[in-house]
Amino acid sequence: MSETLTDEATETPSGIPEYPMPRSPHCPFAPPPEVLALNSQKPLSRVRIWDGSTPWLVTGYEEVRTLFSDPRVSVDDRRPGFPHWNEGMLATVHKRPRSVFTSDAEEHTRFRRMLSRPFTFRRVEALRPVIQQITDEHIDAMLAGPRPADLLAALALPVPSLVISQLLGVPYEDAQMFQHRATIGLARYATAEDTAKGAAGLHKYLARLVEAKMDNPPEDPADAVSDLAERVKAGEISVREAAQLGTGLLIAGHETTANMIGLGVLALLEHPDQLAVLRDTDEPAIIANAVEELLRYLSIIQNGQRRVAIEDIAIAGEVIRAGEGIIIDLAPANWDAKVFPEPERLCLHRSATPNVAFGYGRHQCVGQQLARAELQIVYHTLFRRIPTLRLAAPIEEIPFKHDRLAYGVYELPVTW
Amino acid sequence: MKVIVDQDKCASSGNCVMHAPAIFDQREEDGVVVLLNENPPAEQAENARKAAASCPALAISIEE
Repeated sequence: MSETLTDEATETPSGIPEYPMPRSPHCPFAPPPEVLALNSQKPLSRVRIWDGSTPWLVTGYEEVRTLFSDPRVSVDDRRPGFPHWNEGMLATVHKRPRSVFTSDAEEHTRFRRMLSRPFTFRRVEALRPVIQQITDEHIDAMLAGPRPADLLAALALPVPSLVISQLLGVPYEDAQMFQHRATIGLARYATAEDTAKGAAGLHKYLARLVEAKMDNPPEDPADAVSDLAERVKAGEISVREAAQLGTGLLIAGHETTANMIGLGVLALLEHPDQLAVLRDTDEPAIIANAVEELLRYLSIIQNGQRRVAIEDIAIAGEVIRAGEGIIIDLAPANWDAKVFPEPERLCLHRSATPNVAFGYGRHQCVGQQLARAELQIVYHTLFRRIPTLRLAAPIEEIPFKHDRLAYGVYELPVTW
Repeated sequence: MKVIVDQDKCASSGNCVMHAPAIFDQREEDGVVVLLNENPPAEQAENARKAAASCPALAISIEE
């Protein structure tokens, strides 16, 4: 458990509850019960965060989609009133170069379009044989190794890391080192310093890679770093900005998918009837729908997407004033019973109303098609190849990532 | 049915191609939407509606 979370009632004397809120230890897959309780009363309400400020927490599905699409809602974390994640993010706000995550409107569109090329639907489709091969090789190695195995180390972490290396254009001989650096900051007992060191090391590595690709452009510049290198050459961005965008892609595309694999496998092992749906089909549409439902049910991006209002916004009977912070929470929106009946049921045949697991609006996950392809391939291949897969420890002993940007498990001991 | 896309709004999510690959494509260089068929046949109408509903940038509109 994170030190910032307690089992005590989190209401402050003023009646405004503290945020983030803890999950129930009895329902590890569910959003925090207090967040769901807030949403059953109102689609948005005030919460108190670490710095004592009281931004709006938006929990209703419709309101989440509306505010994500509203140009009066900014991601610019330099604006006063922006509800920062923590002190560290506030302290570094003027040191970090602007990126796709922190820019609005035209500036954002410019960054976003620089990154989109390797993630188009058809480009990702063409990558499926590579993802399949990497997945099969890691399952082969796991089967050949000792039991029990840690599914995170054997499959969930290396597969997305190798796929993103390929997509970024990291040379094969650097892939191991790259994976190590990308993973070190994610370890359970990683200190803030480890995380910062890991990110700085990656940033440096990517800056060198951008420069190498500027000097020797590959014949078929299909990878993301070559793309960024071309733009540096054309004077559109600096090497530093290119490295920042590359690091962002790597971190966003690696940890999130790894967590979805680990937590998704655990959720399926705990719901054997649903696991059977995925295992016993070869129908791509059924596999795709199953992954959408897992994305909805698990909604791993926790603790809210941070925004600030730049004008007054009237919504659901409230007025968000210009300069007030906005926290958009994905999990309660994906568990909004007005849109998803019986949201607490994992039902892989559920009809595919668009969920907001990847966010919504113009900042919606740029790597979502890649994530979908990886999840479809990994879940299906794993349960098809190891139908007897089971947990090797009681679920009560599985360590959950309550303290991370993305929810998941630190380890998943499995046997077969 | 008539499908209209706004390339300026497009966020390159690829959701339209995922739902309706016969109606939409993405530009090679930046993933921006390309309309392949502005008058899709009846059997593709549902896919077109799904594409519009899942577009995060509200860049697709449909006139029934």
